[in-house]
Amino acid sequence: MLDTEPGRLFAFLVHPLTLRIVSGAAICLAWEATARIPISFAFPTFSATMVALWSMIADFSLIHAFAITLQPLVLGLVISAFAGVAIGVAMGLKEPVHWFASPVFIVAQAAPLAALIPLIIFAYGIGLVAKTLVVCIMAMPVIVLNSCAAVRHAPVSLLEMGRAFGCTRRQEIARIILPAASPVIFAGLRLGSAAAFVGAILAELLITPVGIGDLITYNRSVADYPRMYAAIVSIIIVSVLFIEVLEFIEVTLFRPEKRARA
Amino acid sequence: MTVDPKTAQARIAADAIVEVRDVSKTYPGDVHALDAISIGFERGRLTSLLGPSGCGKTTLLKIIAGLLPATSGEVVVDGRIVSGPGPERAFVFQDFALMPWASVLGNVTFGLEMRKVGKAEREEIARHYIAEVGLSGFEKKYPHELSGGMRQRVGLARALAVRADVLLMDEPFSAVDEQTRRKFQEDLLGLREKENKTFIFVTHSIEEAVYVSDSIVLLSPQPGRVAQVIAPDIQRGGDVDAIRRHPVYLDTVDAIWRGLKRYLD
Repeated sequence: MLDTEPGRLFAFLVHPLTLRIVSGAAICLAWEATARIPISFAFPTFSATMVALWSMIADFSLIHAFAITLQPLVLGLVISAFAGVAIGVAMGLKEPVHWFASPVFIVAQAAPLAALIPLIIFAYGIGLVAKTLVVCIMAMPVIVLNSCAAVRHAPVSLLEMGRAFGCTRRQEIARIILPAASPVIFAGLRLGSAAAFVGAILAELLITPVGIGDLITYNRSVADYPRMYAAIVSIIIVSVLFIEVLEFIEVTLFRPEKRARA
Repeated sequence: MTVDPKTAQARIAADAIVEVRDVSKTYPGDVHALDAISIGFERGRLTSLLGPSGCGKTTLLKIIAGLLPATSGEVVVDGRIVSGPGPERAFVFQDFALMPWASVLGNVTFGLEMRKVGKAEREEIARHYIAEVGLSGFEKKYPHELSGGMRQRVGLARALAVRADVLLMDEPFSAVDEQTRRKFQEDLLGLREKENKTFIFVTHSIEEAVYVSDSIVLLSPQPGRVAQVIAPDIQRGGDVDAIRRHPVYLDTVDAIWRGLKRYLD
């Protein structure tokens, strides 16, 4: 049956979804195999981690932890996204704003965040404000700098076309510059989101151990490695899902021609 | 058939919709692109700007469009001095300049939208011109789904849709393959019959210029000057293929080539 339809079998094998599942399964298998050798007693198997993950979902400890972790994360990310895109676009459109604001974000992007955390604790304490700030410091520079670069590199021929057909500056920004910049702005938002997750966990590990950071720290201290790894896996899964959702929003709202391609 | 520049200008100036008066252009770094160009473009005719690369023909077209400022001199369109782009002029770009995120309909309505024409009206006008360039049924397609030739048809429909009197075309067929190019040239002749517009057409192809033009302005390079104005006397009614075998067509191509040769070394 399959021999008579090699085309269909091949199409199934190279289908993006098949490849994604195979790739994911390969990583899980490699994990399981290396953990069974074992390479370290602190490295649990994939199956043990999944069992721990399930038990943490079942006893609500994971959901409780996420409720805490997501507060500074979502707050910081929303602030970074809106303020970051606005500042970046303004920098791209107006040269004085660019010269004024770019040093701040270039320094923020280059600075090692962990070194700044004592300073943040000193100024803002150990509460939600300090953690939100850490998330913002992580996420905002890449969002700002990408938005700025995207706006500054609007295609010259489209700008000329806009002028030839009588665009006002406002129309030029709304109808040419921003649509042309949106793929790179969204790339910045995706990178910023990933950085925000890093920032949120870092804040919980370095400021006060609560939420997912607490699950990681606590389970390590009691040597419950499957639960520690389960906490790490859970945050990775949420992070990936979040970025996928962002990509879906981008394609649905801003890139009609990408939908046409699919 | 061939007239010297001075008498040609005197003749054309009678009903010139676009007048270029003593226009010079120097780019930063002292690159002298155009030197004291004076030409009149007659209403309702198709005039080509022809010359080797570097003769400033695209620069001149963009100055007429108001996209580039002249260093000195002025351009007068319909009696008004040009200070920027205006609704009486529309531009067709060499690289099409289509917005990849907009459908064919979205691209063609762009100019009308900038002029605050209502949605229903501008889509009706756009559909008319999309049909005229032969793209009916492609209204909802995106530029990446079209061939190069079809993309330039979108660019042409966009320029037609704003119903400008003067159509400025910057090497519009140079980015498409040879067969499509020939088809385009024939279609351009048809378009000229239908639309009562003034065409200013930049090309580096001698055959193309002779095939489509009422009048050819030959520019010499570095700095660009008007070398010669040629009005090939070719009857264009009837069989479009016959033009390429017409003795006047062949003679004019030959004469221009001999004239241009000396600028190439």
